[in-house]
Amino acid sequence: MTGAANSGWEPVIGLEMHVELDTQTKMFCGCAVTKGDDPNLHTCPVCLAHPGALPVVNRRAVEYAARIALALNCTVQPRNIFHRKNYFYPDSPKAYQISQYDEPLATQGWFEYWVDGEKLRCRINRVHMEEDAAKLVHAGGEAGRIAGSDYSMVDFNRGGTPLIEIVTEPDIPSPEAAREFLQQLRNVVVELGVSECNMEEGQVRWDANVSVRPAGSEELGTRTELKNMNSFRYLQQALDAEIPRQIEALEAGEKIEQETLHFDPDTGTTTPLRSKEEAHDYRYFPEPDLVPLDVDPAWVEELRATQPELPAARVERFMEQYGLSRADATVLGSAGALAGFYEEVVAAGAGAKPAANWVMGEYLAHLNTAGLEAGHGHVTSERLARLVQLVEDGSVSTSAAKEVFAIMIEERAEPEAVVDERGLRQISDTSELEAIVAGVVAGNPAQVAQYRGGKQQVIGYFVGQVMKASGGRANPQVVSDLLRRALDA
Amino acid sequence: MTSLDPLRLTARQAKKLLVDGEISSAELTKVYLDQIETVEGKVRAYILVTADNAARYSTKVDREMQAMRGPLAGLPIAVKDNMVTEGVTTTCASKILANYQPVYTATAVRQVWEDHVVVLGKTNLDEFAMGSSTENSAFQVTANPWDLSTVPGGSSGGSAAAVAAGEALWALGSDTGGSIRQPASLCGIVGMKPTYGAVSRYGLIAFASSLDQIGPLTRSVYDCALLLQHLVGRDPRDSTSVELPEPIALPSAERLDGLRVGVPTEYLGVGIEPGVRARFDEALARIEDLGGSIVEISLPHTEYALPAYYIIAPAEASANLARFDGVRYGYRCADPEDLTDLYERTRGEGFGPEVKRRVMIGTYALSAGYYDAYYGRAQRVRTMVRRDFDRAFAEVDLIASPTSPTVAFKAGARTADPLAMYVCDICTIPANLAGLPAISIPCGLSDGLPVGFQLIGPAFSENRMLEAAHALEGAVGFDTAPSFKTSGPRPEAAGWTPGEITYRPEDAQS
Repeated sequence: MTGAANSGWEPVIGLEMHVELDTQTKMFCGCAVTKGDDPNLHTCPVCLAHPGALPVVNRRAVEYAARIALALNCTVQPRNIFHRKNYFYPDSPKAYQISQYDEPLATQGWFEYWVDGEKLRCRINRVHMEEDAAKLVHAGGEAGRIAGSDYSMVDFNRGGTPLIEIVTEPDIPSPEAAREFLQQLRNVVVELGVSECNMEEGQVRWDANVSVRPAGSEELGTRTELKNMNSFRYLQQALDAEIPRQIEALEAGEKIEQETLHFDPDTGTTTPLRSKEEAHDYRYFPEPDLVPLDVDPAWVEELRATQPELPAARVERFMEQYGLSRADATVLGSAGALAGFYEEVVAAGAGAKPAANWVMGEYLAHLNTAGLEAGHGHVTSERLARLVQLVEDGSVSTSAAKEVFAIMIEERAEPEAVVDERGLRQISDTSELEAIVAGVVAGNPAQVAQYRGGKQQVIGYFVGQVMKASGGRANPQVVSDLLRRALDA
Repeated sequence: MTSLDPLRLTARQAKKLLVDGEISSAELTKVYLDQIETVEGKVRAYILVTADNAARYSTKVDREMQAMRGPLAGLPIAVKDNMVTEGVTTTCASKILANYQPVYTATAVRQVWEDHVVVLGKTNLDEFAMGSSTENSAFQVTANPWDLSTVPGGSSGGSAAAVAAGEALWALGSDTGGSIRQPASLCGIVGMKPTYGAVSRYGLIAFASSLDQIGPLTRSVYDCALLLQHLVGRDPRDSTSVELPEPIALPSAERLDGLRVGVPTEYLGVGIEPGVRARFDEALARIEDLGGSIVEISLPHTEYALPAYYIIAPAEASANLARFDGVRYGYRCADPEDLTDLYERTRGEGFGPEVKRRVMIGTYALSAGYYDAYYGRAQRVRTMVRRDFDRAFAEVDLIASPTSPTVAFKAGARTADPLAMYVCDICTIPANLAGLPAISIPCGLSDGLPVGFQLIGPAFSENRMLEAAHALEGAVGFDTAPSFKTSGPRPEAAGWTPGEITYRPEDAQS
């Protein structure tokens, strides 16, 4: 961790995570939630804020939000209030966002995550529901800024998409931990099936609040806020830049201003976006168009009972059930699709440990090379299981099996067919190998003499010769046994 | 065809004539269009008269009467211009929506459309329903048909004046702090605000969401019940709407035996005009004549209701009206320099002074550091006002008061003094804060101008209230025909003329 580099200081980080939910329809109207459609196709009087239109809460969005809250060990509150958060901007058609304020959906949870083999716990302050803003595109002028642009366009397709905000307590001790926290939290949300958390599409965004204090101190320093990041790497980079900046300032006797910062990945520096004095007054007040949302505790229990297995629990189970190390179980068990694939391979008859090695090794490499998602590679779990079994029963050598795997991918072929067509089946038949062994022993009298003279390591030379003579197909273990028997005779 | 008097004809009578085949819907509609032709120049109740549509649609109803036997089929109605009507310009009496063509229709309006009522047009109001005289309209000042130099009340002044002047058989209005009952009182007709949630607000251009309710303005209590029957119901598009525990019944009571009517002392200490007080006391005597009893009660937090209302309503309005930003529809200032300029000038030019005043009050009341002192405290007062009513209704069945402390006042008399205008609603606001149903019926004249008698009931006591109002109405025997006299000068409205409104009749109700 970064502790050593911060000599005498420790950072304190709190995070906010916004997640767009993959509901069929928007938070407060019946318009479809879509991606990539022509602008403003999915709009209605409600999400365009026409006069007289009223919001109605999307029940499925509440369910998804509650599932997130339960996964974060929060208490889902039986009574929920929506508030209006007032601000003028063209991406906000009502000029207020319907959000939650002092009576959010869920409070007081915690989330455990792993950093460098160490389990950390972060308290969750709250999970609340709101609606996403519309998308703005500014033409001309400085890229992405409204100021100086020639004109701006608004796409209301995204406006009103259900959005969940997860707010942590300031419990995160380092930029690396922040990145791990968010990655592992994202895995949980994906696992719940409530959002794909697609980062390129901005389905998930983060804000980080960061301050520094003398190491060991209990007091919190003045914090700054890093806004609206959607890449794990930038988040860590931004924190890595901001923490030393604060330390330097404090050591120089300066004060930290409470302000909102923008991180520029090109320069690697943070610059102020707005200060506390310029901070918005959102004039929150209870949304009078919505009645208090009563969440039935029995319904919450129903949700709890039907939660999918979450990554942390699955990692533990993989260690228990398959005898995997924590590291391997973490690689295989953190994401549902890969975990599912692995379990299919095992269920199809492959041994748990060899299957783990194959999935983490060749299979993941294939996915990375081909840019594919787990489960969508060019080999089925069932075929991979058969290949693993061919190795296990000695029909194919490990090295030949890697070749077979490559051909299976290339040709979408059955492992047995590849093995047979290419003549890659390992020769374990002793009668066939005995002849080769006898020939090699007979053809190398000098080495036989050396061996018999006590130079046991010469055995390697004989194995090599037999392998060569068999075209690499001989089972090295069997060859070794036969050679010893022949030489020791 | 019988000769009909639009100043006295009730919907109940008109419906019977239609059903008996004595008159066609086209003929009935023409009675009102003719009356509009005759008196609208003096009254100016409508922002938009959809005469061609009304004529065409009433003919269609006649032709297809067999298929359109809806209980309201063929009865002409006027709609306050803060309810959106698809394809029919809806202005909210504001420059900022002067050319706004709604893309959908308000649930309450749609429900009566589906019963094949004939819509005569959209009536004038105080801009965004903010006012008590209809003088805050951006387009025109509506005159009170009882004295054309006086105001019709507000904000549903156009609907009230249209009914009183015989320019409509009945009308829809909305009531946030008295905006149906006070103009009904000043115009000598019946006006009712139902229990909050009884009528869908979907498509009602919001002023103060937690207070707004749509309701009827009619010439009789029976008509009020008849129209209300078709307005109420849970609407899945309005989360605050509810199903009534029992259907609205058509009233028939002639007696009030056993009815306990409470009179809150606090309501009589608010500067009630002697003439109003006299008619009110006479009405109380009629209630006793009919077998009811009068009980003096106390609603101790009444004096705080008005200030609380003038925090809560503007606070909600400041957010509700923020959507009028010139970006997506409605008025947009010319050649904005940048985003801030677009917002400032669009809203600066588009809103009138009273709307700006309330938006500023509301914004201030919600701002950081003031929220608890203003909005928070106002909400606590609201709770206390509600508890006052709860306690009172443990003792009495209904509560009675004058609807308005005064009869209709002269146009221009209060426009310079917002507080004098706000006091108009002192007797009506508490029912909105508590979400209770309340009705105003005429109970006589003072100096030739109508006096309104208000009954407030517990939540969902519409039927009890309508029965009582019906019996009292019979005992009072008020003649609804106004004189159209003029006792003084009529100031012209400043501002825009509705001539700039574009209207495409082909898009309207068909």
